[in-house]
Amino acid sequence: MTVAELATKLNLKVLSGSNGLDREISGAYTSDLLSDVMGGINEGMLWITLQTHVNVMAIASLKEIAAVILVKNLTPEANTVEQSNNEGIPILSTAEATFDISGKIYQLLNA
Amino acid sequence: MDLEFNVQGGDFVRAGNASSQIKKVLKQLNADSAIIKRVVVALYEAEVNIAAHAYDGVIRANIDTERIRLLLDDNGPGIPDIERAMTPGYSTASSAVREMGFGAGMGLPNIRANADEFVITSEVGKGTHLEITVYLNQ
Repeated sequence: MTVAELATKLNLKVLSGSNGLDREISGAYTSDLLSDVMGGINEGMLWITLQTHVNVMAIASLKEIAAVILVKNLTPEANTVEQSNNEGIPILSTAEATFDISGKIYQLLNA
Repeated sequence: MDLEFNVQGGDFVRAGNASSQIKKVLKQLNADSAIIKRVVVALYEAEVNIAAHAYDGVIRANIDTERIRLLLDDNGPGIPDIERAMTPGYSTASSAVREMGFGAGMGLPNIRANADEFVITSEVGKGTHLEITVYLNQ
């Protein structure tokens, strides 16, 4: 499944990095601790988080993930958006809380 | 090949710059992607440690066909008890740093887990020295 397909299925808002919407999703990781994500996330995964600052994109880029999903309608900071666009790693948002969106993504990816 | 990067304490916006540059170089050298990821995780954690704890620091990278060696020297408060600092979950990070999602006490353990060789020495009131070696052909 691509990021674009996931965004359509779950009605996610594309906030930035739309040039990376064709990235293929290999899995997902839910965490707000950056070191935990650094150690635990792998290439092609989605990262579900409430962190919005630019270091999110540093990790997203270094680990070559598919996309960042912000929960509870949180909005990324301006330099986070800029780096998302530069790297072509989309930031998407949902109104839902972390548990709910993680559960839905789990179901979709393991269907 | 030798590369050098400066890191400023408190500058989280640029933290990750050295890791990103090193990643590009290793890719150009056709290093194995799993090995590149280990280098990048270790170096990023070390960069963030300088930003979070020190006043400033220098990162020196030496790359040859066999391995990459990263030497990190900071001017900072130093670490009084290294063994404790290496314990997963132990952190002295400020609340501002923790709110960003850092300071979970996983940085040094992540560095050790991703390095083939890891040396850390520190002098209280002066700074901390890290040597991270990752072999490129294993």
